[in-house]
Amino acid sequence: MKELSLNILDVAKNSVKAGAKNVVISIEETERTLEISISDDGCGMTPEFLKNVADPFCTTRTTRSVGLGIPLLKLQAEQTGGKLEITSKHESAHPLDHGTKTTALFYKDHIDMTPLGDVCGSVVTLIQGSPDIDFLFVHKMPDREVRLDTKELREVLGDEVPLDNPEVLMWISENLKEQYHEVS
Amino acid sequence: MKSLAELAAIREKMKDRVVLREGQGDIRVVVGMATCGIAAGARPVLSAFVEGVANAGLSDKVTVTQTGCIGICQYEPVVEVFESGKEKVTYVKMTADKAKEVIEKHLKGGSPVAEYTIGQNQ
Repeated sequence: MKELSLNILDVAKNSVKAGAKNVVISIEETERTLEISISDDGCGMTPEFLKNVADPFCTTRTTRSVGLGIPLLKLQAEQTGGKLEITSKHESAHPLDHGTKTTALFYKDHIDMTPLGDVCGSVVTLIQGSPDIDFLFVHKMPDREVRLDTKELREVLGDEVPLDNPEVLMWISENLKEQYHEVS
Repeated sequence: MKSLAELAAIREKMKDRVVLREGQGDIRVVVGMATCGIAAGARPVLSAFVEGVANAGLSDKVTVTQTGCIGICQYEPVVEVFESGKEKVTYVKMTADKAKEVIEKHLKGGSPVAEYTIGQNQ
């Protein structure tokens, strides 16, 4: 992947596939580190599946038996000296608080750091693909914060206008871009 | 700043249109967005279709959706166009620029861009 924002899009799609109703995407930056975490209230993974989840031959896809999403993110984190961690509670053992949290830590000053890229594009794409799921996106930088909560947007839009309405998507895209470009 | 007031204005504007949209949308554009598609550049292709369709005023006629792996990863980004009564058109190795051309010539004009279809890229 050329941008970490593409990994975010890819991994968050696993949450969608797991039947999540709420997905929280957080990026936290310090001077030296960048941590991406994606957590959901989807069906979760069994301990057996979780053990093998970084194995490319462990996948939920049906068109072929290779899945590179998690292995790629792990590689990209580890090549900067960082790490990937996944915790998960499967619905069979945790009927009330199931879900998965994927956390990847990166060292930004490492030569092999993948640039973050167009995060706005990924957030808009996720909302376009799953307008019924609630996404909370928070990007904390040392000096400021960018934030978008689809629950708040839904309150304004009511039931009749879905989040994947083209004009709403453009509003979201421009709102995020403006938050990024705001002078702190 | 894009304010919530502007969002509320969109809601007001859409009120009258909701009824009109029911039962329409006879063209479906499906973009492959699994790991293979995303890595090959599907995100800007999808954005180009979403924005392009809206800007061309085709929102009532065309719906843009995402799907998982279509199974021909070497041809990603892959875009399929379904139209009732017509054969499916599969575009391969798409870019945002090619998407704009497809919107203009195929979705608006009615004739598929043969050059970008899978038949001519094997």
